[in-house]
Amino acid sequence: MSKLLEVGKLCAWYGATQVLYDVDFSLEAGHITAILGANGAGKTTTLRALCQVVKTSGSVVLDGTQVVGKSTESVVRMGVAHVPDGRGTFTGLSVEENLRLGAYARGNKAEMLEDMERMFTRFPILKQRRHQQAGTLSGGEQQMLAISRALMLRPKLLLLDEPSFGLAPLIVAEIFRIMRTINKEDHVSMLLVEQNASLALDLADHAYLLETGRVALSGPSDTIKNDESVRRAYLGY
Amino acid sequence: MSKSIDRKWVWIGGALLVVALLVLPFLVKNYRVFQFNLVLVYAVAILGLNILTGFNGQFSLGHGAFYAFGAYTAAILMSLYHVPYWATLPIAFVFCFGFGFLVGFPALRLAGHFLALATFALALAVPQLLKYKKIEGFTGGVQGIVLSKPEPPFSFSLFDQPLSPDRWLYFFTLFVTALMFLFAWNLLRGRVGRALVAIRDHPIAATAMGINLPVFKSLTFGTSAGFTGLAGALGAIVVAFVSPDSFTVQLSIFLLVGVVVGGLASIPGAIFGGIFIQYVPNIADEISKSAPAAIYGVLLIALMYLLPTGVMGGLHRLWMKFRARPAG
Amino acid sequence: MEALLYQIFSGLANGIIYGSVALALVMIYQATHHINFAQGEMATFSTFIAWWLIQSGWPYWGAFFFTVAVSFAGGLLVQRIILKPIEKAPVMTNVIVFIGLLLIFNAFSGWFFDHTIKSFDSPFPKDSALTTKYFSAHQFGSAGVLLLVLIGLFAFFKFTPIGLAMRAAAQNPDSARLVGIRVSWMLGLGWGLAAAIGAIAGMMVAPIVFLDPNMMAGILLYGFAAALLGGIDNPLGAVIGGFIVGVLENLLGAYVIGTELKLTVALVLIVATLTLKPAGLFGKKVVVRV
Repeated sequence: MSKLLEVGKLCAWYGATQVLYDVDFSLEAGHITAILGANGAGKTTTLRALCQVVKTSGSVVLDGTQVVGKSTESVVRMGVAHVPDGRGTFTGLSVEENLRLGAYARGNKAEMLEDMERMFTRFPILKQRRHQQAGTLSGGEQQMLAISRALMLRPKLLLLDEPSFGLAPLIVAEIFRIMRTINKEDHVSMLLVEQNASLALDLADHAYLLETGRVALSGPSDTIKNDESVRRAYLGY
Repeated sequence: MSKSIDRKWVWIGGALLVVALLVLPFLVKNYRVFQFNLVLVYAVAILGLNILTGFNGQFSLGHGAFYAFGAYTAAILMSLYHVPYWATLPIAFVFCFGFGFLVGFPALRLAGHFLALATFALALAVPQLLKYKKIEGFTGGVQGIVLSKPEPPFSFSLFDQPLSPDRWLYFFTLFVTALMFLFAWNLLRGRVGRALVAIRDHPIAATAMGINLPVFKSLTFGTSAGFTGLAGALGAIVVAFVSPDSFTVQLSIFLLVGVVVGGLASIPGAIFGGIFIQYVPNIADEISKSAPAAIYGVLLIALMYLLPTGVMGGLHRLWMKFRARPAG
Repeated sequence: MEALLYQIFSGLANGIIYGSVALALVMIYQATHHINFAQGEMATFSTFIAWWLIQSGWPYWGAFFFTVAVSFAGGLLVQRIILKPIEKAPVMTNVIVFIGLLLIFNAFSGWFFDHTIKSFDSPFPKDSALTTKYFSAHQFGSAGVLLLVLIGLFAFFKFTPIGLAMRAAAQNPDSARLVGIRVSWMLGLGWGLAAAIGAIAGMMVAPIVFLDPNMMAGILLYGFAAALLGGIDNPLGAVIGGFIVGVLENLLGAYVIGTELKLTVALVLIVATLTLKPAGLFGKKVVVRV
């Protein structure tokens, strides 16, 4: 099995403050990997580092190509779609325009229209609201829009930052169910950052636990889920 | 050890400076003294703008309007109502404070570009307004109003130079300028100053802490306008002439340049600003008619890149580097 | 009645000019969320270039298109070289730099082309088939040109991927990067387009008001008023705003205030719009969930 993403000795800074210290992890193609940890552990920063949104050093190899040093736009065009914390929707544009933008980097109109229809089938509520301004959607709808927009890229790797944040449990369950479907049917590899450890461990194949910018623990999610002492010590349940 | 030496030198330096300032007008020709007067007038005007834009973060590209309002207030009071020159200053301050306070209200709803735009429009409209025929009786229309410089109240001479009207005005202007700077310093260093900066940097947090934003911002506008208006009145006295074309949008732009050169949110920086906008056009003029504007433009842009905190900011950084040098 | 009609039509004709300046302003605002205070001076400088080309023997339309192309390139370069480094700086810094550009372009116009007033011929000759009772041939022709520009722009922003990308980059640069948009280049594009439109506006205005370095100052103010009135993010609104401002200017001037306070009228319009209806008549109110 090939490694889609290999990260070695990754360090990241916000300005002069270092936040990540020699983080190592990897992701197999077709797998879902979770990054867990408390507030401030560096989970969001890791995703931002992968997209080169923050200053980084170290090595990030995506499908054999080094990513560190490239611009964010270039990394995206390599097939990395990032659903940031806060959704990152274009609130002033319509739902449909948001989706079109998701496919901007691909530049293929026919494929874009095809994909948009698929998103509408998967999320009928988006089709209903297709001409509505994205900022008027509810939190759950915006999350669906954000994920759809990311998928419009037909990405190799989907980065998700706290998809459950601020959403009601029913909607979260729905979204996680859809993410599992996307992974199985479309074979999209995912890197998932989540505070809700039990949800993440149920979905993911593999997990890494971050503590103040370093990897404290890693392993198959089943192992971690079933290890009581790990759960109690690190994950709080 | 070094601190007490520092303080002694500061006092000595300060005393020397005061003596130099007092003797200066008698060492140079009348025309130079006139220029010094203008430097001081501009410094006060720039200080006014800085209170609003530097400390409180509200843009104004239209402070020339307040300057003009103050200048015309003084000119009309002196020519039509024979008010003594020194009495026009507090009146101009109050009128311009009121004007500024009123302008402050619509300004509350505007931020950033839009406030800049609205004030820019104000600046553009002022000369035309001043030329309006219906108020010509007051304003003198296109020709403006000609005044006479006040005679010194006593005669005096030093180094063979007599106390001319320009020299007398120098001392008057110096006194007023010192007063205004003291006023500003006092105002800004206490709770008021902190509130202003809080509003500039974190308006929502400031409101949450109980600062009444609308009132505060309007008062700041008013105070700022009062300062610049007083400077305008002072300018009218010093130049002894007002006309609509002296108050074009260029004045507003130059005041902003002065603020940026001196340093946003710096009180002493206003002096550098005043020196800059008085002397640089003269020098640049000798190169070409269009040059002052081009030089200003290039300088503004260069300053934003290199010295965004202005001359005072640059000096501060140099001073910090100097003090940080290891001893010995 | 005749007189009133004349005022209205004349106002509409002026309105075309204000509308086109407003269009350039809206362009930059849509792309960068900044107001370009130097717009008028850039347009004047472009018009001087066209004048100089025509004086050197170029045919009108050759000079026209060349000037538009050069202006586009110039606007792009200004953004790439001077504005890019301060992209992330606070609003105040940007405004000050715009003022700096205003001063520089104004100075360049005077320096390279001197301050004497020049005449600039219209490509729409007086006695052509275009002349009607209320509109001169030039007014008719400029209206046509500007209408074409407007339609082109509208289609560009609404229907093309790049137009959409430009709007996205303006609204949310961070998210735009995450969909692979080269945000910096979008901003450059916006400036290029605005400079080109400004050049066209300048060339349409010059035959009427004659060409000198301060040609656009008052017109710029009306352009601002028109842009705000129509909604600072709406190109169609900018043009309609231009018409409204043009007609208002004439009607107020002829029947209410007299012609001397025109700039004050613009000022009042600007302040009134900003305080009473900040999104303008046709602007979109962007809803933000806090």
